[in-house]
Amino acid sequence: MMEELLSTQEELNHQSLQTKWRLMVLISQCALLILFLPIPLVTPKPIDRLIHIDATSFQFTPAEIKVNQGDRVTIEFVSTDVVHGISIDGYDFQLTSDPGQPVTGTFVASWPGMFRFRCSVACGNLHPFMIGKLWVGPNLILIRGVLLGILAVVAAIFSLKKSKVLKTGKTS
Amino acid sequence: MNRLDLTRTRWTNFLIRNRWPQFLIRAITLAGFIFTILAGLLGSVVGSHNFAIIFVWIAWWTALKLFFIPFGGRSWCSICPIPMPGEWIQNGGILQPRGKNFGLGKRWPKFLRGRWLQAGGFMLVGLFGVITLTSPSVTSIVLLIILLLAFVLALVFERRSFCNYLCPIGGFTGLYAQAAPVEVRVKNPEICSTHAQKSCYEACPWGVYPLALKSSANCGLCMECLRVCPSDNLAVNLRPWGSDLGPETKHSLDEAFLGLVMVSSALMDSAIFLGPWGQLKMAAYAIGTGSWFLFAGLFLVIALMLVPGIYTLAVWIANKLGEQKMNLRKALAHQSQVLVPLGLTAWIAFTISFALAKFSYVLPVVSDPFGWGWNLLGTVAKPWVGQSTLTSMLLQVIVLALGLFWSSRVAIKISGSLKQALPMIVFSAMTMVGMLWLLIG
Repeated sequence: MMEELLSTQEELNHQSLQTKWRLMVLISQCALLILFLPIPLVTPKPIDRLIHIDATSFQFTPAEIKVNQGDRVTIEFVSTDVVHGISIDGYDFQLTSDPGQPVTGTFVASWPGMFRFRCSVACGNLHPFMIGKLWVGPNLILIRGVLLGILAVVAAIFSLKKSKVLKTGKTS
Repeated sequence: MNRLDLTRTRWTNFLIRNRWPQFLIRAITLAGFIFTILAGLLGSVVGSHNFAIIFVWIAWWTALKLFFIPFGGRSWCSICPIPMPGEWIQNGGILQPRGKNFGLGKRWPKFLRGRWLQAGGFMLVGLFGVITLTSPSVTSIVLLIILLLAFVLALVFERRSFCNYLCPIGGFTGLYAQAAPVEVRVKNPEICSTHAQKSCYEACPWGVYPLALKSSANCGLCMECLRVCPSDNLAVNLRPWGSDLGPETKHSLDEAFLGLVMVSSALMDSAIFLGPWGQLKMAAYAIGTGSWFLFAGLFLVIALMLVPGIYTLAVWIANKLGEQKMNLRKALAHQSQVLVPLGLTAWIAFTISFALAKFSYVLPVVSDPFGWGWNLLGTVAKPWVGQSTLTSMLLQVIVLALGLFWSSRVAIKISGSLKQALPMIVFSAMTMVGMLWLLIG
């Protein structure tokens, strides 16, 4: 009798472990889909844009820029106090301006997402934090992040659904 | 749950029990600490060219959040140089176990106990963070004050009073050590209960009695209890992450306050250091001016009113939805466990964005620590401008999602029902979305 009970218990434990693994694989697959599934988007027709950016210790004006994917973006960059530079994360784009001397550079906004632009010339104590943001098209990674968050909550609920925790409030 | 006792393996047992390996590492960290103070005081005023700024705020601060805490809990505390000089005086020797020697040995005042002062210290770091993180001399002065304060307090008060009640980093590591996969615990409680001498408690610089140890928040992993136990009854266990979080563990209101300060600070630092708002950065930097007071007011409103207010509301609703009601004070303390994985992952995500983009500064300052134009190791080259890559953004998304998964699980585990856990899950989700927006939005 005792042996029978023990073997039933073992079988139940085995089944519960299998279910947990299946759940983990399913959640991992969903997470990968959310992170990497290509999302077909209707992108507006690319246009040429001229954007003027002023650099003053330790801020860019404007510090937030939105363009569409594929746009040909010309940056007119001028420093208003000391020498400043601008470089955009993920793009091979860099300009340096002496005070009052505008410089221009052009790049094609090929990659979608949010990119920080930074001062590329040491300009003072807050130089490492002189940052702006460029959005190219919709910020898909933010959307993916929110969806992954929803999956995380669902996964947390399901991972404890069959355990004693939800029934008794005690850890299994 | 399963545990792997490191004292059962010969070489790890040797490394843990022998005082020499730990002393050698601490001697190196103490030398590095003093060198950092000197570099900050004597070296270049440009932060990116000074060892003090790059090593404290880029290398060490990053290592603490990405390595020491997630994998070793309070392992940094076990090699921290700050309490060393005071402890040598207290113990009357460098490799001595704790004993009654020099110092007044007074007990820390009861009304100052808990994590309140550590939380206050961490808020001060946030309020003056921009100047501390960018000025080598200010960093050095802060380190020097901490070193002197720890020394003086060791002469007046017993054990590691500074670490236990004042050190903001001690508060940070202690809080998140509850989630870490390392613990010191007794092997067989019955052996301890029959041992009248309590030599482990006498030897513990943290004032912890291992038999009563239920949470790793207060254990500094110094290993002194293992070294003096006559029955070899203490284990250093590797354990599943988050083992100290659950319905049975006890938590206090000061822990909740500390957890909220940490979450608020992660949000504020993300806005200040990684956001595009130049005026916010300038205000945080211009200490003593009207704009700084405005910034300080905003910081304090967020850290002391807004985030704690939303948290209190979530706990209050959760308490109302529960079958067994507890008073609000107890509920605030009990639910604070949710803040542990939430805050830890928020800080890790912030660090990925903040420090990894600036890691290129580390090698040049090793070669020229004072910024005097040296090139000792030939690694001085113009550091590349740091970038947030798509990989680092994906990593941040994954870390924050894991944090939400973990905190939601903790919320469900410590609540009586899913319905009761929902307000805390919503609070966690709001924090996660806030961090996402600040870091990659």
